[in-house]
Amino acid sequence: MSDKQPKSGKQKYAEVAYYPGCALEGTGHAYNRSTKALGKALGLKLKEVENWNCCGAMEVKNIDPKLQTYLSSRVMSIAANKMKMDTVMAPCNGCYHNLKKAEYELSSDEKSREVVERLSQKAGHATYQVGQVETIHALDWIKEAIGEDGLRERVKNSLQGIRIANYYGCMYTRPRHIFPEKDQGPGSESTSKPHFMDDLLEAAGAENVDFPLKTACCGGAHTLSDSDTSTRLVANILQAAEAAGAEVIATECPTCHSGLEMHQIRAESTLGLKTHVKIIYFTQLLGLALGLKPKAVGLHENVSDSFAFVKEKGLA
Amino acid sequence: MPIHEKSLIRPENLAVHEHLEIEGIDVSGHWSTFIGSRVVTDYNEALEEEIAALPGGEFIHRCWQCGSCTNSCTVNALNPDFNPRYWIYLIRTGMEAELLRDKDIIWQCVSCHKCTHVCPRDVVPEGVMKATAHWLELKGHTPKSRSMIFDEVFSEQVFQTGKIEDGRVIMRFFKRSGQALLQPWLVEMARRMLRNLPLGLMTRMGLASLIKPRTSGWGDARAAIREYVDERQAHHRKALGLDASPGLDASPRLDDLVQAAKEI
Repeated sequence: MSDKQPKSGKQKYAEVAYYPGCALEGTGHAYNRSTKALGKALGLKLKEVENWNCCGAMEVKNIDPKLQTYLSSRVMSIAANKMKMDTVMAPCNGCYHNLKKAEYELSSDEKSREVVERLSQKAGHATYQVGQVETIHALDWIKEAIGEDGLRERVKNSLQGIRIANYYGCMYTRPRHIFPEKDQGPGSESTSKPHFMDDLLEAAGAENVDFPLKTACCGGAHTLSDSDTSTRLVANILQAAEAAGAEVIATECPTCHSGLEMHQIRAESTLGLKTHVKIIYFTQLLGLALGLKPKAVGLHENVSDSFAFVKEKGLA
Repeated sequence: MPIHEKSLIRPENLAVHEHLEIEGIDVSGHWSTFIGSRVVTDYNEALEEEIAALPGGEFIHRCWQCGSCTNSCTVNALNPDFNPRYWIYLIRTGMEAELLRDKDIIWQCVSCHKCTHVCPRDVVPEGVMKATAHWLELKGHTPKSRSMIFDEVFSEQVFQTGKIEDGRVIMRFFKRSGQALLQPWLVEMARRMLRNLPLGLMTRMGLASLIKPRTSGWGDARAAIREYVDERQAHHRKALGLDASPGLDASPRLDDLVQAAKEI
């Protein structure tokens, strides 16, 4: 089904270095599986970053931000210097954010450059140089390499009649200064009202609801260390999605996704709040629309059980 | 009333007279409440410098008190006492005693970056929150927060192996923060997670938790990171006038565990 090459002429992202990150090997495995399956179905090549390491996540940043910059720079250095790639695609918002942040810090802060230089030398690999790679999110990847028109042509099972709230979380758009390509007018992503996921799902036939909490916080940083706060924040998101008429919350971050799933369950016991909205990765939804089987997009790996739902909607 | 003057109307600063006569006139009722005068003398002039010496606090001096951070804050919407603008004000003016009144909630910043996104002066208020929470712990004003314990457990694993395996991070976090792993909602989540999983996948996940994922040839990076972390920690402690570093690997203090156990 996928021997067609992207028609758009946007060959730039037809082959990218793929940085799954730690979460996609653990709790976010469904996102990993569906991203790879989607790439294969669309004829896009993913070359996994060789021997990658953790980007530093929020946690190492809290210990020392420059250490997080180093860890992220090592990933970009391998992609650029060992693999000779010019684009790194990271589906995880945390990884994506951190690589972008490292790029920003290295281009603007002399001390960060010094620390990265020193650690890279001692660790025995080439020091990453600003501009060697472009880091993109899985949303940029599909949007640029395939585009809405390309998707429309390939849809086998339209998502028609499925009402979706698109949830982007924090790390995809904030803070604005680490995403210089956003807010650049028509065609670019917006940091206040992101729409790339909306655009792609709409092209696959879905009906996007007017969801006010697209970039609200799920409390993912404190999912376990301050669960009550996270549960309240997630409860807001779930309730707002249902109030907007959504049957599905589409996600594009493993931390948000598992946070929503965990605290949907926890909200039942601690707040007595039962919500029915399904939580599904956008890559899973697009994969189903392209005719992939639910298991091929890892629907069985989600906690939020949407098998019956996708069957009912004619997607399986 | 500006928030920094609200301390004046705390109950302990008010004098209320049941029956009050002034120059023969009965002024009981509304007119009988007086705000005690207060002259602030207990400044900690080093406070801003100390916070600025910790990671994230570097740009606190840029703040001009516009309040955009608090206005956009995720946690402030849940708890009005969570007020980054006010804390930055207190830190910059050296009002340590006032800051300490909120010491138990400052660590609750969820790092959503809304404040950093809207700040017109690039103060990075999110970083200031982390630096302040860190300062409170280093100075012994608060026990290590669960958030800090999580950061340490996570970072240790990254430093050690280059990667994390989330199951192990979660287990270690619960152990070190003195919480029972079998929280009912986690059990429920695991139950729902396993519901649809085929046996092969469960085996793979089981193996992943036994065979630690790691970045190969990480030894040199590990040594370089450890050296850097030790150096920075010694630097931070010195900036705060504390003794040499206890190191990232230090176990939680006994009273932290007792405290955590009490909370369950």
